Amino acid sequence: MRVYWLRTVNRKMKLLVFALRAFYRQIRSGEVIVLIVAISLAVASLTAVGFLTDRISISIERQANELLAADLRIRSPEKIPTTWLEIASEQGLDVALTQSFPTVIYAGSKSALATIKAVSENYPLRGKVRISETQYGDEYVTQSMPNQNSAWVDSALLSRLKAKIGDIISIGNNDFRIDAVLRYRPDQSIGFASLAPTILVNIAAIPSTKLITEGSRVNYSLLVAGEEQLLEEYTKDISVLMTESARISDRSDSNERTNQTINRSQQFLSMTAIISILLSAIAIAMSARRFMKRRMDTVALMKSLGAKKQFVVNVMSLQLIMIGLVGVVLGCIMGFVVENAVSNILAELFSGDLPKPSMKPLKIGFLAAFILLPGFAFPSLLQLCETSPLRVLRRDTMPAPPSQIMIGGSAVVAIGLLLYYLIGDGYLLSIIMIGTVVISVLLYLVGRILVSLLSRMRGNIGAAWRYGLANISRRGRESAIQIVAFGLGITVLLLLSFIRNDLLEGWQETLDENTPNYFLINIQPEQTLEVENIFKQNNIASPDFVPLVRARMSFINDTNVKSMVYPDERGKWMANREANLSWSNSINASNKLIKGNWWSEDYKGTPLVSVEEGAAQDMGVSIGDTLTFLIAGEEVKTTIANIRQVDWNSFQPNFFMVLSSNALESFPMTFITSLRLDNDKSNVLSLLSEAFPTISIIDLEPILQQVRQIIEKVSLAIQIVFIFTMAAGVTVLFSAVHSTIDERRFESALLRAVGMKKRMILMSLLSEFSAIGFAAGLLAATGSSILAWQIAERLFDLQYVFSFSLWLKGLLGGLMLVCISGYFATRVAIKSPPIIVLRNN
Amino acid sequence: MVVKNVSKTVTSPEGKLTILSDIDFIVTKGESVAIVGASGAGKSTLLGLMAGLDTTSTGKIFLNGHDLSDMDEDGRADVRAKNVGFIFQSFHLIPSLNALENVMLPLELVGKPSAKKIAQEILFELGLKQRISHYPHQLSGGEKQRVAIARAFASEPTVLFADEPTGNLDTKTGENIMKTMFKLNQESTTTLILVTHDKALASMCKREIVLDAGLLVKDSK
Repeated sequence: MRVYWLRTVNRKMKLLVFALRAFYRQIRSGEVIVLIVAISLAVASLTAVGFLTDRISISIERQANELLAADLRIRSPEKIPTTWLEIASEQGLDVALTQSFPTVIYAGSKSALATIKAVSENYPLRGKVRISETQYGDEYVTQSMPNQNSAWVDSALLSRLKAKIGDIISIGNNDFRIDAVLRYRPDQSIGFASLAPTILVNIAAIPSTKLITEGSRVNYSLLVAGEEQLLEEYTKDISVLMTESARISDRSDSNERTNQTINRSQQFLSMTAIISILLSAIAIAMSARRFMKRRMDTVALMKSLGAKKQFVVNVMSLQLIMIGLVGVVLGCIMGFVVENAVSNILAELFSGDLPKPSMKPLKIGFLAAFILLPGFAFPSLLQLCETSPLRVLRRDTMPAPPSQIMIGGSAVVAIGLLLYYLIGDGYLLSIIMIGTVVISVLLYLVGRILVSLLSRMRGNIGAAWRYGLANISRRGRESAIQIVAFGLGITVLLLLSFIRNDLLEGWQETLDENTPNYFLINIQPEQTLEVENIFKQNNIASPDFVPLVRARMSFINDTNVKSMVYPDERGKWMANREANLSWSNSINASNKLIKGNWWSEDYKGTPLVSVEEGAAQDMGVSIGDTLTFLIAGEEVKTTIANIRQVDWNSFQPNFFMVLSSNALESFPMTFITSLRLDNDKSNVLSLLSEAFPTISIIDLEPILQQVRQIIEKVSLAIQIVFIFTMAAGVTVLFSAVHSTIDERRFESALLRAVGMKKRMILMSLLSEFSAIGFAAGLLAATGSSILAWQIAERLFDLQYVFSFSLWLKGLLGGLMLVCISGYFATRVAIKSPPIIVLRNN
Repeated sequence: MVVKNVSKTVTSPEGKLTILSDIDFIVTKGESVAIVGASGAGKSTLLGLMAGLDTTSTGKIFLNGHDLSDMDEDGRADVRAKNVGFIFQSFHLIPSLNALENVMLPLELVGKPSAKKIAQEILFELGLKQRISHYPHQLSGGEKQRVAIARAFASEPTVLFADEPTGNLDTKTGENIMKTMFKLNQESTTTLILVTHDKALASMCKREIVLDAGLLVKDSK
């Protein structure tokens, strides 16, 4: 047994030593350099794109975290225990404290309900507070917080109190001087729950007000910020200590509008990463094919000298692993260096706040090489190992080519595995995979048809074209494969260009100059007419007034919401919070029905409700379930009639629950509206707040700005990533041509030996590439148009407009790219002295 | 080496094609045999069958007691590793390996521990001391073939197969190469089976087998 084991180890060691030696010799002779370069470039573009998207994603997420004024917020109706702060500080995290509660404040003889927001000195941890010297004057960012005797007051409150900067206001037992107008704080909610305007004060001043006593309704918050891993650890530690009433939130809970924008940004960035993978895959496939082809003679010789098939398989596999390893290491280094250089440029554009990337891109680079390499090289490896030793006597002895199903199957499995690991989204994966397979098959079939058509055209054209077309026809299968490779390469490049231009534009247009920038809330029913009149007098189109009724959900079907088990923690929060309901007999323009039907205009039956898609998912409810609401002491039982998708970026008043009018009409209500007010009309706000002090005006501009900034950052990132991916694409095209270089070098030498001029050979090669490029471009334009349409409409919910320029780019781009890369790849072949080429062959 | 009633037929688009028909002869240890014939007579096919590079359609081939016709590809490879050496018309040196490494290759394949020493010795003996670190493209045709000879003899084969070994060389270099080959053949008592259409070269062998259109038409034994 021991002897057998020792022999096995000895055999394996000999194999490893042999493979290592062979690999070392190949590296030294430059034989495997092309494949290593292809893998390195693939890994480099993947890791560079990965590092970049990672850093930009973190940066965008941080921006979203502004809505919490932190990366993490723990809210509790009880005072935050000091141990929670200590744990965070020990773990190297930044912390800040806030308290908020409603109270009545006084300014001389005037009084008003306000929300006191008391903050510690280092508030906010994310984002900035903006103040101004006058009510609607220029605002600016402030780094410090109010001192213990001063207060920053919301402009709506100033109107209600008829107060100005420098006046004294009383909050509980203490007096504060109004030092600034509070224009924006990162965690200001634009929900409709806390309608009272805010006063920002220093947390150290709260005890002197004597407002907080036992039983006071105070929201205590602990704000935490720091590295993601530390935050994860902290969340784990603190979850054990947290009482039931405390709630932990991160950016995913922060705001529907920015969440939607962030999700879309991440989809855009993932798309570019996926495109990089597809390009890398093609590059690796082409180079691996050439590598294998060149090994045929060596394998035949090894076999003739007595090497067994298993030995050859093992040696070749080991060599592939070594090539992969070297490629991955070089690629990761290149990717890191390139990314670092780009981030330095980007840091300026991102105001220097680009965070450190995670190590995930390195893992992706490694996985990409070791999934794609065997996936694409496996069929060629099998073919290579089948090489007959007889080839040493008859060079035309070729091993049977692997079946198309095996080539396609192993490629699809490899790409599928990698993409699934990367995106984990079955739907997106299926679109990409089906699209790629359909295009590949289509390209191959059309390629074959084209090849046979071209062979019939040879009779009536000049010598250069005749030889070029003859080349396509002679290499029938090869030419068709090249058309597939070029076609796929151009398809992904076109797709990328489409994402960069059309899709980004489409997205940016969702925030056009008509997007509302103000919300008016708390409008009493009798005030709507007067508000409308103020608008008319100031030549402003009257907006729609949407009814709002405050309610609490009590039952889902027949289970109390407090004892329900929810699929998502957010569902619990959604069902238990004080809800804002609205009614409508028609669906809002910024909503889309995804399940069920809307009720008729004159519906009078049992109350129905329409639920927003995300809310329905989080609460685990669907059509036919019943939701019971407690409204002004009365129970209203509603049945879910439909599920709807809401475009939160429309900035229109939107609701998670919209009921049929007969369910709510009889209850006390207020109205809300959103409108667009340009700077020159901002005096209307003063008029409104003076005439109706109870109406709250919410400035949406900060949120709009945040969404715009995210879009701008992503656009910029995509453009930079585009340059990289474009370079990777050209490399693919180059390696596709390069894979036939040996054959072309020999043919060119032969033709020159029999008297053909260099210029004519070049012309014939260019005519061959033109025909291939045109076919690939035409098919790529078709394929990318179909994919672009699917991606725009299904993935990004944007309307697809047929792009003629995409077609034109496909045709001309295909022609140019294939000709240029073909020229550069074969230039050496044409220039090589015929005698040297012929002798060495 | 026993070749017993060997035939080889292949299927082509035009139908079945007989390349070799009922070939029968025996080669004894240390013998030098030239297989001659016109182009297309089936010389290289016969060489391939005898070396176990290809399989017979009918008949049997025994090499050093091993029935090649009964073996799979790996079995035949094993027999070749222990018994066979090759010299080809186009040298078949691996371009990425230098002269020394090319000679070491068959020794490494069988896991010989002193591969480098053996390879060096034989290259020195063939006058290639100054060329051992040169790559094939840096060698002349004669030098390439001497490296190929060194590789063939390095593993001390029982049978050496040579396929038109001087076909790519000028007359003088060809003569020198043949002298070297025969010298090594005599010194090591290796059986030499040579395929050629060169009558002068064939005459250097002790025995001549003539093929014509796949048939054995003459055996000088």
